[in-house]
This record gives sequence, C-alpha cells and structure tokens, in this order.
Amino acid sequence: MNFTLSIWRQAASDVQGEMVKYQMTDVTEDTSLLEMLDMLNEELTIKGEEPVAFDSDCREGICGMCSLVVDGRAHGPGKLTTSCQIFMRSFTDGQTIHLEPFRSAALPVIKDLVVDRSSYDRIIQAGGYISAHSGPKPEPNSMPIGYDDVEEAMDAAACIGCAACAAACPNGSAMLFTAAKIGHLGALPQGQPERASRAKSMVKQMDEEGFGACTNYAECQDACPKGISIKFIGRMNKDFAKAMLYDELDPRGDMDAN
Amino acid sequence: MDLDSKIPNTPLQDAWKTHIDSINLVGPKNRPKYEIIVVGSGLAGASAAASLGAMGYNVKLFCFQDSPRRAHSIAAQGGINASKNYRNDGDSTWRLFYDTQKGGDFRGREANVYRLAEVSTQIIDQCVAQGVPLAREYGGNLANRSFGGVLVERTFYARGQTGQQLLLGAYQALEEQVAKGKVKQYPRTEMQDIVTIDGRCRGIVVRDLKTGEISTHDADAVVLATGGYSNVYNRSTNAVNCNVTAAWRAHKRGSLFANPCFVQIHPTCIPVQGDHQSKLTLMSESLRNDGRIWVPRNKGDERRPRDIPEDERYYYLEERYPSFGNLVPRDVASRAAKKVCDDGYGIGSTGYGVYLDFRDAIAKQGKDAIEAKYGNLFDMYKDITAEDPYETPFKIYPAPHYTMGGLWVDYNLMTNIPGLYAIGEANFSDHGANRLGASSLMQCLADGYFVLPKTIGDYLRDIYQQKIDPDHPEFAKRAKEVEDKIDSLMSINGTRTPLSFQKELGDIMWNNCGMSRNETDLKDALERIPKLREEFWNNVKVAGTKDSFNQSLERAGRVADFLEFAELMCKDALERDESCGCHLREEHVHEDGEAKRDDEQYSHVAAWEWKGVEAEHELHKEVLNHDALKPTTRSYK
Repeated sequence: MNFTLSIWRQAASDVQGEMVKYQMTDVTEDTSLLEMLDMLNEELTIKGEEPVAFDSDCREGICGMCSLVVDGRAHGPGKLTTSCQIFMRSFTDGQTIHLEPFRSAALPVIKDLVVDRSSYDRIIQAGGYISAHSGPKPEPNSMPIGYDDVEEAMDAAACIGCAACAAACPNGSAMLFTAAKIGHLGALPQGQPERASRAKSMVKQMDEEGFGACTNYAECQDACPKGISIKFIGRMNKDFAKAMLYDELDPRGDMDAN
Repeated sequence: MDLDSKIPNTPLQDAWKTHIDSINLVGPKNRPKYEIIVVGSGLAGASAAASLGAMGYNVKLFCFQDSPRRAHSIAAQGGINASKNYRNDGDSTWRLFYDTQKGGDFRGREANVYRLAEVSTQIIDQCVAQGVPLAREYGGNLANRSFGGVLVERTFYARGQTGQQLLLGAYQALEEQVAKGKVKQYPRTEMQDIVTIDGRCRGIVVRDLKTGEISTHDADAVVLATGGYSNVYNRSTNAVNCNVTAAWRAHKRGSLFANPCFVQIHPTCIPVQGDHQSKLTLMSESLRNDGRIWVPRNKGDERRPRDIPEDERYYYLEERYPSFGNLVPRDVASRAAKKVCDDGYGIGSTGYGVYLDFRDAIAKQGKDAIEAKYGNLFDMYKDITAEDPYETPFKIYPAPHYTMGGLWVDYNLMTNIPGLYAIGEANFSDHGANRLGASSLMQCLADGYFVLPKTIGDYLRDIYQQKIDPDHPEFAKRAKEVEDKIDSLMSINGTRTPLSFQKELGDIMWNNCGMSRNETDLKDALERIPKLREEFWNNVKVAGTKDSFNQSLERAGRVADFLEFAELMCKDALERDESCGCHLREEHVHEDGEAKRDDEQYSHVAAWEWKGVEAEHELHKEVLNHDALKPTTRSYK
C-alpha cells in the first residue's frame, strides 16, 4: 500500500510548527501506524533529516504513552483503540493520512507529535489515591465487595491516562480522566473515607491546570480507548456537589511524626 | 571476590523474621536525613519509592517515560500469585516456595524464594487496601484462577489487566508521596551512570530527555528497578523502549551480573508477521486454562482449522504431559511448540505457529462465560490479526518475555556495591532458571513494599551522617564521561541507523541464544557480536543533536549497551554446560527431549565481573544450597 503522510512538525515548544508531507510506499497492510512511522524515521535518518518525534512504549494499547490525532480524531477513527493499535489495513491505498499531536491548552507540545501530560500526574497527586502506606493490612475477605461494585470500579479503573479525552473535547476538558479515578475509588468501600475531599481537590487541580469544563459533547467517551462512560462524570459531579455542601476535616491533615 | 549473600543461619522458615529482628533500623526522626534514589517506576520502583517516602525518607524517582504510570509492568495481563489458600486446595507458604523452586529448576536462592512466598499474602492485603479492584466472586470474596506449573488455584487477577491495576495502585501511592513532598519525580529522565566514591554508590548521572541536559544527583543509596533485557532479541513482549542500560552501566562500575543467559520465552504470543514489526504481543498464559493447544497431525494441512477433524489434531501438550496438559510451565510449553514447528507441523504463513483453540471451552461453558474471563484478550487479538478467536483458533508462537538473570544481590537486595540495590526484574534472585506465571508481579511488589523498606535501613544506619559533598570531583568526572560517550555517538555519522543494529543483533541472539542453545551456535555468536559492535561504533548514524529531544540518540545509547551485554549473555550460556529451566543446551537432554540438569557442576549462580570491553569477564560462583528442598528431576508428565 502507498500513503501520503501529512505530519505536524514542530522543533520545540516555543517554535511555530507546520504540516509536512511525506510519501510512504510498499507498506504491508499488517503494519501498524507506528511501525510505518518507524519506517519513515529510518528513511529520514539515512537521508540526514530529523526523524519525527512521537511517543510510544508498550505498543499493545495499555501504557497510554502513544498519543496521535489521526485524521482529526484522537487515536484515529476506530473505536476502542490506541494510536499504536491502528493497522494500515484500516486505511485506503493511496490515501493521505494526517497526523497531529494531542492538542489542548494544558497539553503543550514538546516536539512534533510529543506532548507534555504532566498535568495528568498532578491531578492524581491532588487526591487520586487511597492513603494506605505499606504494611500489614486487614484480610480482604473480611470486607466483602459485591461483584457488580468491583466490576464498576474496574470499568473506571481501566483508564490508561492517555489524555485522548482532553484532546477530543471541544472544551479541552479532562473531566473523563478525573471522573474515572474518582469513580473507581468511590465505588469501593476502601475509598469512602476520602471520597469528599478527593472530589474537591481533584476537580480544583483540574481547573487550575487550564482544562475546560464539560458541556456534554461526549466526544471524550467516543475517543476513549478503554470505552469509559461519561456516566462517571455525572457521578463525579454528584460527589463534588455533595462535598461542597459541608466543610469536612481534612483526613490527610498533618499526621506525620516528622 | 567474596560473595556474601548474607543468608541468615537459621532454618528457612525462621530466616526472614530472624533477619529483620537482627538488622539495624533507622528511626522515624532520622529518616528525613537520608536521600534515596530510585530508578524505574514499574511495580518494584513505584512501590519501593512510595513505601520509602511514606516512612519518611527523601526519595527521588527517575523514569524515562513521560509518567511513572507507563512503566511496562502495566502490560502484565494474567495475575499475581499469593498463597492465601482461599480455594482450600492445599496451598501454603511451603507449597508456593516449592512450586517456585521447582519451576525455577532449583537454580533460585532458597532463602529469597521462601521469603517471597511468605510475604505474598500481605501483597494482596496491601493492594486491596489501596483500592486495586481485584476480581471478586458473587459473594464478595476474592476470586482466583489457575496458572501454569502448579496444582493449586492461587492467582488473583483484575480482568486481563492485573499488572495495570497493581501498577496504578503503586503509582497512586507514589503520587500521594509526591504531593506530600516526600518523593520528587523526574519523568523523561534516563540514568546514564552511577557514581561510586570510596567503594560506595553515592549517586547517579542522568540525561533529561527533553533538553539533553546532563546532571548528577547525590544520594545515600541508589535503587535500580529498571526491569529486564528481553529487547536484546529486538522483538520481545517488552515495551519498545525497555533496555538493559541502567543495569549494564552499573555492571561496568563493578556490580556483578548474575545468570544473564536465563531468559524466559513466553509460549503464547502472536507470531511474527514481517520484518517491520516492532514488538511481539503476548496473549496471557491464563488462556491456557481453557484453550487447547494443537497442530494438524498431517504436515502442511491447508484446511481451515475448523475443518480438521478431532483425530487429525495433535494436542501435543496433552499427549506428552497428561497430568499438567496445557498448563505445563512456560519453558516446557515453549520448547514443545518449537519442536513441533521444527519438525514441520507448524501453521501459518511462516510455519512457526501453533493453534490455541477455544472451540471446546465455548461449547462447554458458553460464549458468555469465555467472554467474561478473556474478552479483552480476544478483542486485542482480533484488532491485531483481523481474525476472530471465537470463530477460529488463536495462532500463537513463543517470544522473549522475561529475564530471570539480573544484577547479583544479597538477601538485603543490595548488589556487591555497597549502597546500590536492585529490585524486581532487574535482580536475579527469586526465579532461578525459569519463572512461573503470575510470579513477577508478586516479586516486584514483595521487593518494593515489604523487603527493601525493611532491609535498606541496615545499610543506611552504617553511613549515618557520612554525607558526601555534592561537589565531589567524582560527580563531575562521571558526568564528563557520559558527555564524551554521547559526543562520540553523535560524531560517527555513518550509514546505518541504531535500529538496524538492534535488529541484526536481535536476529543473532534469537537464532543462536534463543529457545535452545548449543556450543557451535554460541561460539558463532561470540564471534559475530564483537564485529557488529565494532561496526556500530564506526558506522552508526544518529540523527539530530545531543541537546534536544532526540529519540535516535536514546536508542543508540541503549543499542550500544545491548551490543556489549549480548556477548556476556552468550558467554554465560556457553559456560553453563547443562540444561536447566529455560536454558536448554542441546548437548544435555534426556531421551524424551527434556532438560538434563547437572547439579554436581552447575548448582550455582554465575555472577560475572566486568573487566573492560576488550578483557574477559571474570566468573564468580555463589554455590546454591538446597537444605530445605532437594533438587529432583522436574517432571510435569
């Protein structure tokens, strides 16, 4: 198969970028999109040109590192897939394929197709955890958790933190990501003590990072490689609203002996 | 060199408790006075950094990915073992110890393995307390599944994403400590070297992958949790950026490398399709619970698998290993697949593939039940191959997956360099010559949550208030050496890309030091690898500049290390003139083709000491004692 690639090239975060065209020939249909970029980069390197920078690691759709906007859609036109799991058989021979980085105000471009997603780490730091330092813990079966509750927690916990939700959202909102973590931990009994403070602080952090608000476009759900439902955004809003109704003691107050 | 493994001189069952009670601890008031560096943010690194931070130590965590959550532990699918005995089927600490030692073909260190089995149950408790959504039964209790190489059901899981969920648990605990200021994380930062002063490890040199800036960080102890080296084969189930660099550069500063030839080839991966392919995708071993592995009895049978009648199917694992059947350990399953394909029974375009068939399981349990257990794996396979495994069998073939070898460590998980630790896949100690399924997650979290946080105090107490000056000339010297190495890579400007060298090296290793090995092939590899390395240093072409985001340079540095490491791997495979576990020397097999161990001569850990690029490594042997469990011939028949 032959393709024309139109790729976003940007040397550094403070430099103006542009779309640049490349020709690819004799690509087999079982080649993945990223493997085709590997092939392009091999050619560019030999020609003495700068290869295209792009993020990827596991190449099996679970690490969340790959992050391409393919023909205008985060992770491409397919459903429930990451950029690394797109195979060339899903394109038409001779087609032009547009590749851009995930774009959002809170996801600045580092180089070419690589963006900075440290804002996602900071949202987790704001409370996306259950405080439980290492050490002996109660026997898990002493606290039975219903099958459906665990399944629901798992539906939300499947999030890979790729940021496709924010890239797909017309408002540049990271609500699906934030809601997935709040929904995961909130579905479990272990997550209850910090439930209110978690909702408040994570939402606050998300706002501070410059992500937009949700106006129910549901583009995030459509782009999410793990199919996380926007119902979790509803749950988060409920948790957040409830949390705002009362002042609670911060359970993570300064309890360190140090 | 004296290899003191510091194993407590007590019966196995008391060793860990006696050891903790006898070693030094650092009190809570003093912990903030120490700085600990953790390199790598997978299950071992993240759990260690989170635990140490929560204890009060100051921790710096480095990883090359853009976030600690991306480390390749995330891709582990099937599960994590723990001897909870929830199924009331005779499981116990002893049984898990026994299975792990036997699975490792008696090449693991008994005391470490027993400790691993001992703390396994606490890991499950810890993870559930963190909110890891491990699968439950309808009554609300934790569910189990079975895995290869054992006769009990002790594997805990979260759908087919167990590694992801456990890693996110550790990552979240880590981010909690980041928020509290106890851990500072440095993503997109790659370790380039360690700094040793007066024989102790005192820090590291790193490269900021965004800017290319080289900097040094001093610390009281350095923990390497940098994973395995399966990518020496180029294509493996590892993430494309996994590498041996951190471990290798520590090795070149004196840290011994143990059993490098012990590499696990995972039996159930999607077969290679073409040269451009960047990695091999693993299909969880849990599929072997319900799937049946077979090839057509008639060579070159072109019929669709569905059309091949029962009596023309060769269920080779079930026939050869009636008691374990499709659940034999990974090395046995992999070699059996290789053998039927070498004998000409393989399927698929290359003839190197076998069927993994769910027809009978779907007929018996229903499609819904199979979908509930393995749905995401079936979907993943369909996405990659465009074939539907509900309708036609999976095509699978073995691929490099996990490396049992690694940096030599003592019972405290410290390498032979004081102050330098290695945990998780990066060390060698627990899995012997073959790792059982669902045991790597267990070992990483045992090391990170429960072992290292207890043992590291013993060393730290020793160096109390012996602070090193961050301006000590050794830091600048090592940084300069790193810069010089990068400069020389950038200046070669030859005609071949770093990836082309990695591919060529991978082919040599797969063909000559892969699933089965012999003296001729290994000697051939030992001639070819130095030549390839020489060509690399004369003819590699690295794109871009050193002071920018440069993935070409990142890869070049890693390939340079693989080119040195691969030689040691072959040397070790040649030196170990026996078959054991994953390491099959064709010269040493029983009549039925099974591995023939030589306990008289090779019941030891081969720990190699670096002597320079052109010099021969020196071999040190740690003799393994088998006081508790006498080695037997491993049989799964």
